[in-house]
Amino acid sequence: MCYILNQMVQYTQTHFDSSFAALSDVTRRGVLEQLGRADASITDLAEKFRMTLTGMKKHVGILEQAGLVTTEKIGRVRTCKLGLCRLEEEAAWIERYHQLWSARFDELDKVVEEMKRKEKADGRRTRK
Amino acid sequence: MDAGRENEAGPMKNSTTMERKSERELVTTRTFNCPARIVFEAWTKPELFKRWWAPKSMGMSLRSCEMDVRVGGKYRLEFEPVGMAFFGTYLEVTPPSRLVWTNEEGGEDGPVTTVTFQEKAGKTLLVLHELYPSKEALDAAGTGAAEMLGETFAQLDELLVILGAIAGRS
Repeated sequence: MCYILNQMVQYTQTHFDSSFAALSDVTRRGVLEQLGRADASITDLAEKFRMTLTGMKKHVGILEQAGLVTTEKIGRVRTCKLGLCRLEEEAAWIERYHQLWSARFDELDKVVEEMKRKEKADGRRTRK
Repeated sequence: MDAGRENEAGPMKNSTTMERKSERELVTTRTFNCPARIVFEAWTKPELFKRWWAPKSMGMSLRSCEMDVRVGGKYRLEFEPVGMAFFGTYLEVTPPSRLVWTNEEGGEDGPVTTVTFQEKAGKTLLVLHELYPSKEALDAAGTGAAEMLGETFAQLDELLVILGAIAGRS
């Protein structure tokens, strides 16, 4: 039970390292957006992003490792398409972070409300 | 993280403690506000287990859950979207107080898990005991779950409230 959860946490951490690293580059984010519109060969992508074939291969390799892209070689052309990783766990992590801030702001709201009430009460008292 | 650990502080909430009892043992405890038979049921019926087990904030859920809850019976849990699978064999099944199973997907390094359900005054103390084959195996498994356990058990709390209400009516 704890063991299974630990394995899951470990898996997620390793996976996060590769997925967030893959996203930390403007070209790679561009490639994902491009592939979201249509599949493309590495040559197409290299041309589009104005870089060498070797450079693009490297980027695609990193995206592939993170599960964000899959490639298939047909004849002499390697075609890239979006992979199975839909960034769901990453989204959940970000959501958790987001919740933390929402919860903090909710608490702040309460404090502010309290201060407002106090100020009102004090104001009434001084007017008398 | 060798010291005891508490999640969910607060007077009304039941806290989860996790402690490394020895080089090879990790022990977690948590109290639930309902009779043992209901908690036991939530641990042994796949359709119920699926509803609380995976912490929602991890972004994973149980795609499938098979449990043949009897001595020598097998279980298999599969998570989505990553397709991780966990499986093992039940070594002891004593409703509603005790379950023992193996964790076999990791080969030799998986622990033997013992869960006991002790009822007292309508509440159930759950003790989750995991015995690893070696200190190294426990070290490698890590304790990253500590954060997640509180959430998982809170999800179980929610389900138990529903089950308790149903049991109360019938």
